[in-house]
Amino acid sequence: MLENAPIGLNDRPEINPLFLFRWEEKEQAYLLLYPEGIIKLNDSAGNILKLCTGEKTFEEVISELKNLFDVEELEDDIYSFMEVAIGKGWVRVKS
Amino acid sequence: MVKAGSELRVDGGGRPLWLVLELTYKCPLKCPWCSNPLDFAEITDELTTEEWKKVLREARELGTIQLGFSGGEPMVRKDLEELVAEAVKLGFYTNLITSGMGLTKERLSELKRIGLQQIQLSFQHSDPQINDAMVGAPSFDAKMSAAEEIKAQGFPVVLNVPISRYNIEDADGLIALAEKMGFEYVEFANVQYYNWALLNRAELLPTREQLETAEARIIQHRERLGKDMTIYFVVPDYFDGRPKACMNGWGTIHFTIAPDGKALPCQEARVIEGLEFPNVRDHALEWIWKHSPTFMKYRGNSWMKEPCVSCDEKETDFGGCRCQAFLLTGDAANTDPACSKSKHFHIIQSAIAAAETRQPPRMPLVMRTKGAVSHKLKEPVGTSGI
Ligand code: SF4
Ligand code: SF4
Repeated sequence: MLENAPIGLNDRPEINPLFLFRWEEKEQAYLLLYPEGIIKLNDSAGNILKLCTGEKTFEEVISELKNLFDVEELEDDIYSFMEVAIGKGWVRVKS
Repeated sequence: MVKAGSELRVDGGGRPLWLVLELTYKCPLKCPWCSNPLDFAEITDELTTEEWKKVLREARELGTIQLGFSGGEPMVRKDLEELVAEAVKLGFYTNLITSGMGLTKERLSELKRIGLQQIQLSFQHSDPQINDAMVGAPSFDAKMSAAEEIKAQGFPVVLNVPISRYNIEDADGLIALAEKMGFEYVEFANVQYYNWALLNRAELLPTREQLETAEARIIQHRERLGKDMTIYFVVPDYFDGRPKACMNGWGTIHFTIAPDGKALPCQEARVIEGLEFPNVRDHALEWIWKHSPTFMKYRGNSWMKEPCVSCDEKETDFGGCRCQAFLLTGDAANTDPACSKSKHFHIIQSAIAAAETRQPPRMPLVMRTKGAVSHKLKEPVGTSGI
């Protein structure tokens, strides 16, 4: 899984600046806004994206999430979400 | 404005997530497919800055997130910047939908400074002469300078191309233009046949062959460009045998406020005669959205007739477009004639057949201009025996 993942542990993921990521009170959810649409994120997706600031490495993101949810077996879920998020262009690796 | 290409259908939970403000019907261009009313020039009592601000506040209270500043040409309004600033402050995602006319460097940098999020810029053709002929005014050079300045300011851009017979074969040229300018999105929006476009339909409607060729080219470009550019292209309802899921259903997630304050469940809804559109000058937006008879009228599916009532696709397309049903069949509650199950489907088919054969009389385009048409002698629907 790790070898062909679109992101490495030392990469710094950030939200693609084409998207606006923010909390929406009325929806009680994080949203990704872009010119043609609105994506309403579920809790875990929102929590992952919140940490994709371009400052933290992916490794730090993973460990923060583990602390936050107090579970060990999160890696697979985070990786598969990242694959989707990068594939859809929501997230990119900061160069 | 139908966003069938959106990647996710958001269930608004009864909230109007999308709002378009048509700030004015004024525009320096004369596009013969313009979606503005035929009598646009007679509608002059535009909302004031304060009235628009009130709309913005009330919409945000209702849960609106996506906001489009449109028109006419929204740059005509001198208070555009003030309204965008207010919208950004309230937390909308703000889109400017413009022809690029009047988009000067100064105004763009001010819009950037106050936080406008993105710009949707229309182009008709990559050939300047054809572009200018299509909109009835010299505009290509102005659009190009606006485009350069928009990118210099770092806005994400949607290149919007209203597709008709006159530019459908220019998909390559327009995509090349978008690539050169660094635009992130291209939207090939097939002209929707209401108002000016319906008047000119015989001259605008492309042929099925043209559409198929264009679609094949666009698929190739999509593959080539990958993530660098998102290209939207939706097969138009006329050729699909099924109607579009217009606005995700009447009064479901979208509304438009016209320049004079009339609240419309879709941009074209004024074409439906006999409906009274509530005005934001007289009513709170919340009442308009939740309780006004016009917004309730075609909400859900209790208003539907056959064949929609017993059709298992009614949750997918909501019976299509009320405006198209009204314009082409005389009753807004009819099944959209773009549906092959509609007994009026022949109306759409004969329009397509006419586009294929191009029989005389071949009429020139009627450009969007003041006084080009008259409503004065028109009989109301229902009195002429249709
Ligand atoms: S369609 Fe053309 S004429 Fe109509 S508002 Fe847009 S730019 Fe102006
Ligand atoms: S009959 Fe009505 S619900 Fe069924 S596909 Fe046609 S328009 Fe849609």
